[in-house]
Amino acid sequence: MTQEIITEIIGKYEPDQSSLIAVLQDVQEHFGYLPKDALTDVSKELDVPLSRVLSLATFYSAFSLQPKGKHPVHVCMGTACHVRGAQPVLEAFERELGIKDGETSEDLEFSLDTVRCVGCCGLAPVVMVGEDVHGKISQSKVSRVTKKYKK
Amino acid sequence: MEKANEKAYRLHLMVCAGTACVSNNSFGIKDALEKEINKQGLEDEVLVVTTGCNGFCERGPLLVVQPGNVFYQQLEEKDIPHLVEEHFLKGRPVKKLMYKPPKEKSPIPILSDINFFKKQVLIALRNRGLIDPEKIDEYIARDGYSALAKALTEMEPKQIINEVKDSGLRGRGGGGFPTGLKWEFVSKSSTNGQERYIVCNGDEGDPGAFMDRSILEADPHAVIEGMIIGAKAIGASKGFVYVRNEYPLAVSRLIKALEQARGYGLLGKDILGSGFDFDIKIVRGAGAFVCGEETALMASIEGRLGEPRPRPPYPAEKGLWDNPTCINNVETWANVPVIINRSADWYSNIGTKTSKGTKVFSLVGKINNTGLVEVPMGITLREIIEDIGGGIPDGKKFKAVQTGGPSGGCIPAKNIDLPIDYESLTEVGSMMGSGGMVVMDEDTCMVDVAKYFISFTQNESCGKCTPCREGTKAMYEILDRITKGEGKEEDIDLLEDLAKSIKDSALCGLGNTAPNPVLTTLKYFKDEYEIHIKEKKCPAHVCRELNTYTIDEKTCLDVGHGCDLCRKNCSANAISGETKTAHQVIQEKCIKCGVCYDVCRFDAVKVK
Repeated sequence: MTQEIITEIIGKYEPDQSSLIAVLQDVQEHFGYLPKDALTDVSKELDVPLSRVLSLATFYSAFSLQPKGKHPVHVCMGTACHVRGAQPVLEAFERELGIKDGETSEDLEFSLDTVRCVGCCGLAPVVMVGEDVHGKISQSKVSRVTKKYKK
Repeated sequence: MEKANEKAYRLHLMVCAGTACVSNNSFGIKDALEKEINKQGLEDEVLVVTTGCNGFCERGPLLVVQPGNVFYQQLEEKDIPHLVEEHFLKGRPVKKLMYKPPKEKSPIPILSDINFFKKQVLIALRNRGLIDPEKIDEYIARDGYSALAKALTEMEPKQIINEVKDSGLRGRGGGGFPTGLKWEFVSKSSTNGQERYIVCNGDEGDPGAFMDRSILEADPHAVIEGMIIGAKAIGASKGFVYVRNEYPLAVSRLIKALEQARGYGLLGKDILGSGFDFDIKIVRGAGAFVCGEETALMASIEGRLGEPRPRPPYPAEKGLWDNPTCINNVETWANVPVIINRSADWYSNIGTKTSKGTKVFSLVGKINNTGLVEVPMGITLREIIEDIGGGIPDGKKFKAVQTGGPSGGCIPAKNIDLPIDYESLTEVGSMMGSGGMVVMDEDTCMVDVAKYFISFTQNESCGKCTPCREGTKAMYEILDRITKGEGKEEDIDLLEDLAKSIKDSALCGLGNTAPNPVLTTLKYFKDEYEIHIKEKKCPAHVCRELNTYTIDEKTCLDVGHGCDLCRKNCSANAISGETKTAHQVIQEKCIKCGVCYDVCRFDAVKVK
């Protein structure tokens, strides 16, 4: 199954090393992370050593080797958000979800990550849950945000 | 391909669909407008258009009515039926949905009369709010691609380069290198029979800067046209746009724009019948700040780790796959068509002696009117902050402005009359950078800001050279202990020593400039460092380990009647009391998150 998906993704690009990042991006998008099997398949099909695939997968922050939650929470830590109080907001999410920055909850419902500026500085501090942007967040609003996504 | 809508409309409703407005439900507003317009039978008279970022993000979602330039803001779906009936059917503009400056009584109906827009001069953002970025015909109707036609049919490559040189345009991505000169170098580099390349750097990594995103989203053809003109000037047949992966809307608009340009024969083989071939490929970044550095960016395009390499050789000589490559950033490219169309003379009349034209800044942080502004070089900080930005919210005191992102520095309030250009910003220890302008007030702790930026560069350091990898880490550790009240007196000297060594010895721009935020805050705000170290206090109450929260029991009971909000919000169960009794903070349990202080409506919670 994985193999077929990888073949399909690679088919969209020129079959050489320069396509490696684009391929990994599509794999990440498809699975929500980079599964081990997928990386092996990419390495074989593009004829690139697995060590090189892994070095890219761990260098760029867009890639994750761990599955992410159904509702990925991204707290923006850009400068505008920082001066308007992003750090206390992040800590409030950590308490609310019971996970730390970079972790995924055991039931795979939520994951929590920080991002470097989503470019919505006018709405700082900003939090993204999946594709939804929540602007002008404060720590007292955190539980209201997570409630929307809880089962 | 979709043909231009040739029907004539009485009114055009330009709904901002920039990222900030979209997250404020501008598409909901668009749908509501269309529904209501149909209901009133106005669908043949009034057209709803979605545009790129208008700039005044603070007031979104936004709507501008053309002709007339009537500006509506902070719209909600429930406002729409009334608005459509009153304004678009009966012709009576709705005052309560217009912009009213803080503390003033009457609204300002016309966009160009609003201070935020008044002092702006739009070149790179010339089409913002005026066109639908997904329709090439609308770009063409605003003189789009006429500069390309001129460059391809009336000008020799040398003439194009000279025009850009004479305009005085300098790189808008940070370095400020003269663009025309760069083009000349690339055009003269030997190719050994290989290709030359054009690259657009859209890896806008500076936190607090979003002009490149906005240009790509609002006017992608401006960038594409600039790149084709550049390609003709230097003799390139292939171009790349490197865009951050975090900007999905910019990527999808670019893809559409490239397809449309190809469909019109503006990209590909034999462009406009001139015999010139050129095409552009999009490369998505993968979340590495260092890839904004040109050599790292090229490595990333080649599918390798985004690590910088020493320069020289510069990309002009050895760039992508070791071939001559011309790299400019999004905003720089967007300026090019205007220079070709309106002449170098016209362009160089705007700005200062050494910095010509305009610069786009993202005005954010502790400021009333956050948003994107394009101003002539030489404008003073005061004009930007007070006139355009409308000053600091809640009557707080202006303390500093940070420019240039993690490579820049903090400029103190005493320099508020500084005219902005490349040189003046460098003189005060900061830099132009990509144009982030983060305003800070008395509640911002400058030691915390320095720690924030060092933590950023430390995280984003690619790890290749020791000064940056280890040096920024050492600086972070010192700053961290200062903000926790564990600083030592010798720490300030140590920070200065480290900063100087990193500046002198790091491999690339990221490392060389990483100490700037620390150096400028030490230069202008040393007293704040000293108070943290000697008195173990944070004057702005930002460094929370140094704070103590208490509740004024009299205020809590007499004014707030023991409203209990603080206790309900306290996740550490560190507040005792119940409704209608005075509350207390249990210090041993308090985790100093400050939520009680934030939620108290009666100022009963005190921080020391």
